[in-house]
Amino acid sequence: MIGTQPIDLYARKISDEKQGSVLDGSSKGTEKRYEVLHKDYADPDSLRKLAGAIKDHTLHHLGDYLAKAEAALTKRGAKVHFAATAEDARQEILSILRGHGVTQLTKSKSMAAEEIHLNPFLIENGIECLESDLGEFIVQLDNDEPSHIVKPIIHKNRREIARTFQREGIAADYNDDPETITRRARVHLREKYMLAQAGITGANFVCADTGRLTLVTNEGNSRFGMAPAPVHIALVGIEKVIPREQDLSVFLNLLGRSATGQQLTVYTEFINGPKSANQPDGPEHMHVVFMDNGRTDVLASNCREILRCIRCGACQNVCPVYRQASGHAYRSTYGGPVGAVLSPLLFGDRFPELADLPKASSLCGACNEVCPVDIPIPDLLLRLRDKAKREGVHSPAAVPMTPFSALATSPSLWRTAMTMSKAMNHLPIHVAPIKPLQDWLGQRTLPESRGGDFRKWMKTRQSK
Amino acid sequence: MSTPSVRPLNQRVLLMGTCLCDAFFDDVAKATVEVLEHLGVSVDFPENQTCCSQPAFNSGDWESSRKVARHCAEVFAGEVPVIVPSGSCAAMNRHGNKLQFEEEPNASIDSLAKRTREVIDFIFNDLNIRTWPGKFAQPTRIAFHRSCHSRGTKTGEAVRTLLSSIENAEVVPFGQSEQCCGFGGTFSVTFPHISGQMGTLKLDHMLEIRPDMLVGTDMSCLMHLNGLAQNQGRAIPQFHAIQILRDTLVKPNQSNP
Repeated sequence: MIGTQPIDLYARKISDEKQGSVLDGSSKGTEKRYEVLHKDYADPDSLRKLAGAIKDHTLHHLGDYLAKAEAALTKRGAKVHFAATAEDARQEILSILRGHGVTQLTKSKSMAAEEIHLNPFLIENGIECLESDLGEFIVQLDNDEPSHIVKPIIHKNRREIARTFQREGIAADYNDDPETITRRARVHLREKYMLAQAGITGANFVCADTGRLTLVTNEGNSRFGMAPAPVHIALVGIEKVIPREQDLSVFLNLLGRSATGQQLTVYTEFINGPKSANQPDGPEHMHVVFMDNGRTDVLASNCREILRCIRCGACQNVCPVYRQASGHAYRSTYGGPVGAVLSPLLFGDRFPELADLPKASSLCGACNEVCPVDIPIPDLLLRLRDKAKREGVHSPAAVPMTPFSALATSPSLWRTAMTMSKAMNHLPIHVAPIKPLQDWLGQRTLPESRGGDFRKWMKTRQSK
Repeated sequence: MSTPSVRPLNQRVLLMGTCLCDAFFDDVAKATVEVLEHLGVSVDFPENQTCCSQPAFNSGDWESSRKVARHCAEVFAGEVPVIVPSGSCAAMNRHGNKLQFEEEPNASIDSLAKRTREVIDFIFNDLNIRTWPGKFAQPTRIAFHRSCHSRGTKTGEAVRTLLSSIENAEVVPFGQSEQCCGFGGTFSVTFPHISGQMGTLKLDHMLEIRPDMLVGTDMSCLMHLNGLAQNQGRAIPQFHAIQILRDTLVKPNQSNP
């Protein structure tokens, strides 16, 4: 049995250890989400739909809300930058850092930064850049890639992490006790925080009315990163703007519960701007870089609903394909259902290369059911399949559908084919040189053909 | 079943037999006719029907699938409900078509969407039948797979309620019931490994509760699960919910399964 779809091939080759970690971590994520959300809300669906409607409204007026956010941020003393492409965003950040003479910084978790590969870029340009989120820190030590939006190392177990710490000299000996691992990382990171000249963060939400940035973490690392550093840079996708502060009551209640099954993350920071005169510490300089990087193209497409995404990872946790294949199978920053839509769109020039991602779904709809902003992900996957076909992108292992449609639009041919399919019962189909059939039969028995029997029965009844 | 209807309804429906019942599962289509007729509904089967178009639609070949969908809408034209023993084909008529005809509105496609009902949903919600006068001869544990295309529809609740009302039946919950069985039509052909793994996991969860039978509302899911279970040496009886309604119906001189 050989599948030729890249994600199916990836899932076949994945180690049992890695697959076990992903399956276990994501299943638990789904259970915790369900438990907490349904404990607190009698009708979470109406809340999800409200959140989706707020995001939809914002996206319809994105230009206006971005302008409002820019004005409010500027009033608070932050400098606002707009970056059209990934390269623009990287250069903008580098030039801000050079302007402040920064050679060493800490960075908290940001999918936007992952998307533009900011870390390796800054390191190449001589800036020491340390990931301060524990998971991302481990990814950095291993020269690995995150495989989940909120749990970047869902694919690793504690034994692997303990080996990494020993190998990299973070710890003198091997110890895979989770608390010990965390303490050791903390000792190592604390020292680096004090030396950092800048802190880079993302943002979960930017309120257009007040210009306040909201950041959620469970480790407090973004707050640590900003405390001693004189410069704060927030890299923000343009779709992160929400209209009003009061909308946070909807989004924050959904985000923690959807992402990690927490009512609220351990830290929720509201950032008002650079340090004011009467604040004892905090960055004196604050820069907000709003990044487009393909987002306006997505907005103009028939898949714009994907821009509602608040990066909770619930769709990854619940997705049976993600659970089998891991986030790495999706060959881009965003894996799982959200990635299968977002990646081929966001990186437009890579569409042909990533057009297989939307096919990696049984269209079961579990992703839509858990989505805190009610994104109709299966519909978007289907639209992308249609787009790939219309643009003539080759699809590995695709079953040609022209014969099917010819048969299914000709009732007499169809009836004949149904009756004739009974012949299959007497043919040695298990040795027929038809690859998809063999793939199927390798794992499953095929039911006996009873083609046309129902029609016959119906006719005798009607003639009675 | 040749009993006269319990209460003649002045209702006529069109049966969409589904391509899978046409090719493999004739008894499911028969059961649909028999149960509906028992309930006093008269059933017509348009001879020119073929398929709802889903295989081509899911593959992304919408030019091909629209042709099939147009044919389907033509065959089932009219005013009366279109009843289908499959949540998946029902979802295609009710929702999938909306997507593929987004840019070329089509009144007969819209009409088909409005009139299509999955059969158990129809019995429960349209005919308003809330308990089923059926009986199993022995206490029977049922693992019910609410197939994914019935997500967010009224089918799941309808099946659970009707099956649970059958004497000696117990619908037993199992783990991770929100997970897909892994069939997904052409998905099972183009992603054979993942599809098989998903199905195996589904069977693990369903069989863990030691059921006497698996019941579903989509023969596609059941065909896949049955094929895997047989291949893995853990075969178990599998039925469409409509077969259970027919077979448990208490009538004189008829044995129960």
